[in-house]
Amino acid sequence: MNNNQQQRSFFFNVDWAVIFVYLALCTIGWLNIHSAVFDEKHPGFMDLDTNYGKQFVYIIIGLITGIIILLLESRFFSALAPVFYGITVVLLIIVLVVGRNVGGNQAWISLGGGFRLQPSELAKFSTCLLLARYLSSTNVRVTEPKAFLIAGAIIGFPMFLIMLQPDAGSTLVFSSLIFVLYREGVSPYFLILEGLFIALFVLTIKLNNLIFIVGGLIVLALIILFLFRRNRKVMPVILTGLAVCIAFVFSVNFLYTKVLKPHQKVRIDIVLGITSDIKGKGYNVNQSKIAIGSGKFWGRGYMQGTQTKYSFVPEQSTDFIFCTVGEEWGFAGATVVLGLYLFLVLRIIRIAERQRSPFSRIYAYGIASVIFFHVVINVGMTIGIVPSIGIPLPLISYGGSSLLSFTIMLFVLIKLDSNRMGMIYQ
Amino acid sequence: MNRFFERRYVIAGIFITLILVLLARLFYIQIIDDRYLLYAQGNVLRHVYLNPARGPIMDRNQKVLVQNEPFYDIMVIPKQVKPFDTLEFCKLLGIGKTEFDKRFEKSIKYSPNLASVFEKQLSAQVYAAFQERLSEFPGFFSSTRYLRTYPDSVAAQFLGFIGEVTDRDMKKSGNYYHPGDYIGVTGVEKSYEDVLHGRRGVQNLMVDSRNRPKGHYANGAYDTTAVAGERLISSLDKRIQKLGEKLMQNKLGSIVAIEPSTGEILCYVSSPTYNPNLLVGRERGNNAAELYKDPYKPFFIRPIQAYYPPGSSFKPLSALIAMQEGIITPQTTYYCPGYYWAGNHMVPCFHKEAHGTVNLTSAVAESCNGYFSMVFEKLMNFYGAKNTSSTFTNWRNNVGKFGLGSKLGLDMPSEGKGNLPTSKYYDKIYRAGGWRSSTVISLAIGQGELLATPLQLANIECTIANHGFYYKPHLIKAIGDKEIIKSEYKVKNNVGIDPQYFEPLIDGMQAVVDRGTAVRSRIPGIIMCGKTGTAQVHGEDNSVFVAFAPRDNPKIAIAVVVENSGEGAKWAAPIASFIVEKYLRDSISVRESGITPEEFINANRLPDLGNYTLKDNKAKPLPKDSIRHTKADSAASKKPGIKSAHQKGKHTIGAPLAVLQVKRREDE
Repeated sequence: MNNNQQQRSFFFNVDWAVIFVYLALCTIGWLNIHSAVFDEKHPGFMDLDTNYGKQFVYIIIGLITGIIILLLESRFFSALAPVFYGITVVLLIIVLVVGRNVGGNQAWISLGGGFRLQPSELAKFSTCLLLARYLSSTNVRVTEPKAFLIAGAIIGFPMFLIMLQPDAGSTLVFSSLIFVLYREGVSPYFLILEGLFIALFVLTIKLNNLIFIVGGLIVLALIILFLFRRNRKVMPVILTGLAVCIAFVFSVNFLYTKVLKPHQKVRIDIVLGITSDIKGKGYNVNQSKIAIGSGKFWGRGYMQGTQTKYSFVPEQSTDFIFCTVGEEWGFAGATVVLGLYLFLVLRIIRIAERQRSPFSRIYAYGIASVIFFHVVINVGMTIGIVPSIGIPLPLISYGGSSLLSFTIMLFVLIKLDSNRMGMIYQ
Repeated sequence: MNRFFERRYVIAGIFITLILVLLARLFYIQIIDDRYLLYAQGNVLRHVYLNPARGPIMDRNQKVLVQNEPFYDIMVIPKQVKPFDTLEFCKLLGIGKTEFDKRFEKSIKYSPNLASVFEKQLSAQVYAAFQERLSEFPGFFSSTRYLRTYPDSVAAQFLGFIGEVTDRDMKKSGNYYHPGDYIGVTGVEKSYEDVLHGRRGVQNLMVDSRNRPKGHYANGAYDTTAVAGERLISSLDKRIQKLGEKLMQNKLGSIVAIEPSTGEILCYVSSPTYNPNLLVGRERGNNAAELYKDPYKPFFIRPIQAYYPPGSSFKPLSALIAMQEGIITPQTTYYCPGYYWAGNHMVPCFHKEAHGTVNLTSAVAESCNGYFSMVFEKLMNFYGAKNTSSTFTNWRNNVGKFGLGSKLGLDMPSEGKGNLPTSKYYDKIYRAGGWRSSTVISLAIGQGELLATPLQLANIECTIANHGFYYKPHLIKAIGDKEIIKSEYKVKNNVGIDPQYFEPLIDGMQAVVDRGTAVRSRIPGIIMCGKTGTAQVHGEDNSVFVAFAPRDNPKIAIAVVVENSGEGAKWAAPIASFIVEKYLRDSISVRESGITPEEFINANRLPDLGNYTLKDNKAKPLPKDSIRHTKADSAASKKPGIKSAHQKGKHTIGAPLAVLQVKRREDE
């Protein structure tokens, strides 16, 4: 294959597997939204008075956007990364001023005609883009403290703005970018530390006994030190880690008791099994579990799920759309959906590793992390193993901003990938 | 590519692991854990029960005895209750806030998820006002219920009443009944409960998260409609039932009339009675308590629970048995000097009147104690005085065939057996072989330990009218629209007496009315055959009269007992004659003797409250001299007046037999 041929047969370089999964997930989402919010007065799939009608429009808009992206120059995304980032930041600030408050979060900018924009969704894309642009610059090594801090700032700034809305779910999404940093060379200790933090977070809140946890950490550190007593290099790492962990425990405790709002505390409490208020805050999760659990193996059939049909699960078409999948398509359907996601993220990793350009690779890891984080948190929430934080299920949940944001992310990747044999963009 | 290339596998590994964790959890809640499907059904399914209308009960001429009227219950499902204006709610129902809280607590205790009754039996007017605002009170809804109404307020003891099911009823029915359901407690409501209650319908409704109905589960495949209870056609004739209750008002006693050719009970009066409408509706509890307190015991079902000594009305039985055994013939005569010596006991005739030479017919007509004592002794001593025990047992078996001493199997609960003593009973008192015919001579004239219910007395008259057989007496003639008749009511029960032996006896019974003791009760143009009885009890005698009419092709057999009213001819016989005539002619003619129903309706024969007390177990043994006319020196030196069926098998000396007893006046 020579270069010219590549240029001409542009569409043959497009990764059709990703496009196939993209279309499959969008269709599954559309069908399930149809079932979840079915309205007898507007039975048509494309009736614009209904959410499924609107979702159809979003899918069309998404596809058009995707095609436009494929027609653009690859260079464009790398070059305009700072601009996108800047626009996003401005939008995130605007939303704090003029945003519409829905469900306690000031996250939407009304666009008129019933459509509204959620800047935090776009922030995920532009942050990935700028992070890729920065880390792929010559002479920037993430292993160096300065670069690490700048990368952290790129991720942290939108997190901070979203936290102000406050939208805990979207904020946490950015923490998934640790995978990107890890892939680019950040010490595995950070990954371990993040895992440790999650464990400590749970323990701190659940046990609510600082002395016990801190004591346990010290004992654990001493055991590790004893086991590795021949290896002098381990000692400072362990001691630093211990100090960081203890600091983390105290800050979590402070955050939980002093900073978190009661409704956020309750959500965490429910997942950790501290309280089981199935009528109040735990209602969503309980009904969601009932919906999914009642699906059994083959599900109750399309439009046959009583939990779905009679709206026992609030926010069914958005954050809790996976209930409909679980209830009406059963374990079989849930496995197919999770299988598609797993295939998608592994495929993206594969695509990432075949890029010659670090920019494309870093960007690909970024969106793989974001998509994966969304899936695990969202599905985990519906089956009650993760605190219920409202983030959508990529491409399936109802919502234009979310669908458009994931569409852009994926199609930019496809575009970059289709050009992988071309020149390296800086 | 670069030196961290290997890390892709770590990341991919983490991704795969976390997805597997999700799948494992999904596998657990979707496949292994079965609770969620149940929860989902619990969310969406609501069972709405449709109460069937209870079957109406008609009399033999299709006149309504009891029917249904709709009332409205307010139901509540506590879990679906959301904050509402309790004050307004209480005002609409007319209850206080504390009462509201109490009831709500009770509903929660029963089940937060199931419907239970919150307020019972709203009338149509109250309900109308409430219904308009029902939507303001989520969790509350109404349920229609049918209550019994009795257009003529008759035959209370026959009809019985219904009441709310108890926990025991619910358990026994395998949870067929729900709290707040009604069940027959007494009378025909109880004995025919299975046919009357019908079948409850259920609607499996699906509701959404706001409890709004969204149609029927599986398109109604599992729904059932309520099936109304079967209509019962009673054998009673409302006309004579009403007349009977009127005639018996302010008297204690009973009337039982049976159609001999079928065993259908035409009249079933227990007096005092009560208005069955009192035991329906919201005041039911208070009314019932009042009735329980009534010293004359209106809930006591005298036709089948009161035990009376049959007195002279029993006399024909021994004569029939003696004829069948060949011991006497209708022509056998006896010279009556006004008394009879049994051993060293004297049995006097009424007022020691000497009847001269009597045969069976005249002995019946004149109620000669001597003649029947003679017959009884002959029966007992047929195989010699030493074999009294076995001849007594033989006699007892023959009497038993007439239905004495055992339940007749009436289709009503709480039927009593009466009392027909066994030879073992006397053995126990006098030691085996230590008693003779003379000892038990009072049995010959229907006294002593012999006790019968009015139903048993009427049944004996049926047997005589039929010349030797009876059909099982029953109160429900036919069931349902198809008018099904139970097969057991078509079986002839023979008493083992050949038909020809009845004629001389019936001649005597006709004479009783035509020119004998009951001549005042003669009905112009109708030949009635009867027998008066003046059963001696503690206190004033019970007035007893048994009869059937007309003589040829009898249509009605009747037994009347008026407690503590003296001679049978004076009270029971006229009452019986009015019932008989009303039944046969539907009118009452002017009597030669001048008696009219009105004088009986207006008469008050209620005993003094001071002398008529309820005795459960403190009754004193009665003094011997309480037996005035008959010196029946049998085992029981006391004569139980009325004995309750509940006191089965407690026949020991000195122990009280009576639940209801007439105490002797102190100044008598």
